[in-house]
Amino acid sequence: MSLLQVKDVSKFFGGLAAVSGVSFDVNENEILGIIGPNGAGKTTLFNVINGFYKPSKGDIIMNGKSIAGRKPHEICKAGMARTFQIVRPLRRLSVFDNVLASAFLRAKNKADAEKIATEVLKFTDLYEDRETLSKGLPLGKRKRLEIARALATRPKLLLLDESFAGLNPAELDKSIEIIRNIKKSGITVMIIEHHMKVIMSISDRIVVLTYGQKIAEGTPDEIRHNQQVIEAYLGEA
Amino acid sequence: MKKFYPLITLAVLLVLPLLGFSTYVMHIFILLLMWATIGMSWNLLSGYCGQVSFGHAAFFGIGAYTAGILYSKAGASPWLGLPLSVLVVGVFAFIIGLIVLRLRGPFFALATLASGEVFRVSAENMEWLTNGTLGIMLQKRLWVSKEPYYYIILVIAVATFLLMKYLIGSKLGYFFVAIREDQDAADSLGINTTLYKTIALVVSGMITGVAGAFYMNYMGYIDPHIVFALHDVSIITIMIVMVGGVATQWGPFVGAVIMVMLQEAVRSIGSLGALHQAIFGLLLIFIIIFLPNGIVGDFGKIKRFFGLGRVRA
Repeated sequence: MSLLQVKDVSKFFGGLAAVSGVSFDVNENEILGIIGPNGAGKTTLFNVINGFYKPSKGDIIMNGKSIAGRKPHEICKAGMARTFQIVRPLRRLSVFDNVLASAFLRAKNKADAEKIATEVLKFTDLYEDRETLSKGLPLGKRKRLEIARALATRPKLLLLDESFAGLNPAELDKSIEIIRNIKKSGITVMIIEHHMKVIMSISDRIVVLTYGQKIAEGTPDEIRHNQQVIEAYLGEA
Repeated sequence: MKKFYPLITLAVLLVLPLLGFSTYVMHIFILLLMWATIGMSWNLLSGYCGQVSFGHAAFFGIGAYTAGILYSKAGASPWLGLPLSVLVVGVFAFIIGLIVLRLRGPFFALATLASGEVFRVSAENMEWLTNGTLGIMLQKRLWVSKEPYYYIILVIAVATFLLMKYLIGSKLGYFFVAIREDQDAADSLGINTTLYKTIALVVSGMITGVAGAFYMNYMGYIDPHIVFALHDVSIITIMIVMVGGVATQWGPFVGAVIMVMLQEAVRSIGSLGALHQAIFGLLLIFIIIFLPNGIVGDFGKIKRFFGLGRVRA
């Protein structure tokens, strides 16, 4: 059973087709990688799925219901959370309050929200930093805070936009471990990533975009040997 | 010790009128509490929720005119304007919100500024309802002495303080701050930003409206230039919170003390004339550069400057 179906989705900005006619399914409890060269329309696709943009064409179905054109907060309530490529923590709040603010979505009261926030912070290994103002965190932890904040909304599907970019090797390992644990806890993950080694090792399946179009879909092995993908990345021979 | 501060402050405020101050001093205290109330309400919308309003005069004026019109047209006690203004200003704030809350940042600020002016011009021209520029005057104020007014505005101020304390500590408070820090991120985290911004605006407007209705009762005279004034209401409100401390609990009180005193001091120097506006402007520039979080928010900084605070290791 697929959790999310993207059906022939297009997004035009004026005459530019940032995403055109993209279709794929996200299966329950898998990690789906989205890759593609710069400007391929990956983040635009996320923005359409998560509700920041209304799709110009096509439909997005989550759990059997269309969510195309719904507001981001409604889609989040339906069980989808996301992180941002350029991290957007609530700068003047502590790490704990950042997570608490989003934990209120599912919590019955403040004590409940605090419990969720504590749980999530421990899960993402940020509990030691809970008192720090989020603008003072190093990039690696800020990226993790993004994930923690999204997790606090108790999503079924998590959209990660380049959560590995700019991390050092130690932080990278930490984040990979966290994402594997997220999958283990039963959450489906969709992830945009440029870091090939990471995406090949953690994804169950991969979708490749170029110039707004899907050119390939398959297991990491299939993608690695796909002629079109190699051309898209290395140029035609 | 720190948690007793509110109780100590309350005790001092309760016994103040018993100390035999002159009516002029009591008048200052009343104004001070009224401005602190308006400051707290502005702080909710603009300090915590980040939607900087330049048009709180609209709510102040509508509140004042609710009480005034109730008296002049319906012959009812203007005191009924206090509860009624909550309703009337609430409705107006909701309608204003439908328009201005679609805008962000400076555009929101300009739209609120314009809405304040729209109400001023309307009040000037709808003479059948508002008596136009003649204004509304109460034949007789209920009390001659200041004490009853003082206690009424004290109750309003304390109630507002408690309401703010409750709201900021609750789910709403966290949502407001999340919207202030990053509206798009807040939206993607499941916060209905339009709904919560509307709540902040309506609650903020209602409280300012009650203060306006009180003003009508206390001063006994209003006209559009007084209660819908851009610089004397909207801007002063902003200054009170900026000087005292944006998004702090005590900021509006501290700011109100300083601004009301300053206003009175400047007024007593007759030769200054309109120069007092310039003094306020300079003060604001000073605060923004050196104490961007206001006196309460940057208290540690002030203590360090005077060499009082302990240096943290």
